[in-house]
Amino acid sequence: MVSVRSEQFQFSGRNLLSGILFGLGLIAFFDEVVFHQLLRWHHFYDRSTTDIGLISDGLFHAFSWFATIGGLFMFADLRRRQALWMKRWLGGVFLGAGTFQLYDGIVQHKIMRIHQIRYVDHVIVYDIVWNVGAAMMIGIGVYLVYKTRRHRKEEVAQ
Amino acid sequence: MIIVQHIHSSHSGVHETGMLPQVLLALPFLLALIFYISCIVISKRNERSWPVHRTTLWTLGILCALTAVIGPVAVQAHGNFTLHMLGHLLLGMIAPLLMALAAPVTLMLRTLPVPAARNVTKVLKSKPMHLFTNPVFASIMNMGGLWVLYTTNLFPAMHEHTWLHILIHFHVFLAGYLFTISMIYIDPMPHGYPYLYRGVVLVLALASHGILSKYIYANPPSGVASADAQTGGMLMYYGGDAVDIIIIFILCLHWYRSARPKILEFEKKSTGWKIDTP
Repeated sequence: MVSVRSEQFQFSGRNLLSGILFGLGLIAFFDEVVFHQLLRWHHFYDRSTTDIGLISDGLFHAFSWFATIGGLFMFADLRRRQALWMKRWLGGVFLGAGTFQLYDGIVQHKIMRIHQIRYVDHVIVYDIVWNVGAAMMIGIGVYLVYKTRRHRKEEVAQ
Repeated sequence: MIIVQHIHSSHSGVHETGMLPQVLLALPFLLALIFYISCIVISKRNERSWPVHRTTLWTLGILCALTAVIGPVAVQAHGNFTLHMLGHLLLGMIAPLLMALAAPVTLMLRTLPVPAARNVTKVLKSKPMHLFTNPVFASIMNMGGLWVLYTTNLFPAMHEHTWLHILIHFHVFLAGYLFTISMIYIDPMPHGYPYLYRGVVLVLALASHGILSKYIYANPPSGVASADAQTGGMLMYYGGDAVDIIIIFILCLHWYRSARPKILEFEKKSTGWKIDTP
């Protein structure tokens, strides 16, 4: 068993939070740069939007912009405290990224219909890849978070 | 489309920015530059140095503000919404940020004679100052002002009345400056608000800026052609992001320094490491 330092246990929550924030920011940035700006599959304002969609997009964009930077500063803080728990942090990254992508794929694309991934026939294929990808990221995230939590329990028991 | 552009050009062609508003708007900034430099000269005489980078930031900030209020950008901003938005970015976001980073209050406090400096501190500690530097108040002044300007008839009215033009431009700068200093503390701030509070309000304010820029993209202010509003809206969106990232970075950096574990500080001191203080 890999030994875990007491600092890592102490800042277990901050490791997870930092990872989630960075994951959210990373995937939102990736979505915006790759799909909005490089591929131009969909845009920041597709005319069919609703007011709620506009507001939720704006809030999310501002939050993800902050989360990327804030998450990395928390990462630096954990490092200088020698409390960085890479496995748990990565778990947070996958969890954050996956959750956003699933929210985007289900709520924004399908329920609010703000924009679709791409304006082609059989968009369902893209939807499946998008949402299954999201679910896989959440799965990896949950697994890593679960693993690092079990270590904690064992350590407490000893 | 042709009709829209015709109305647009005839509307804006008549009302060009005259000399008077340009002079009135530029004057305070020129005075601010002279004031700052004078403070440095007096400081030097008292054998107190002032960092070159702060002077550079102040000068650049003044230049950005001047670019927005006099010269070709200011003159053409009436007929060209994209240039108007460039002016907004310079006057309301970039100039306030650069000038806030130049720590003018710190410079003033160290230059003034002690009794006068005490009076300044008293003002800084006063109740109204506590309200003005509340991030919520500053955000409402800043973002609220922009929403009113671009979604009501205030925008076309600004081009009709010179006094309104001057008033709005001052408001944009002052609200931008207030917003910046309410989020990041470079100068002494007697009533500090917690990082989390500032962070949450900042996210909401940035969201409102992003939403407004998309709203403008789809709903041009009256008298603005659709294509012009789209370019202007995108400039506002991405330009806003570029400035916001600096404000967020500095806010987080200050948190990072303040959250420094005490034990680490002790170790660094005992090993003779240089510790950078904010």
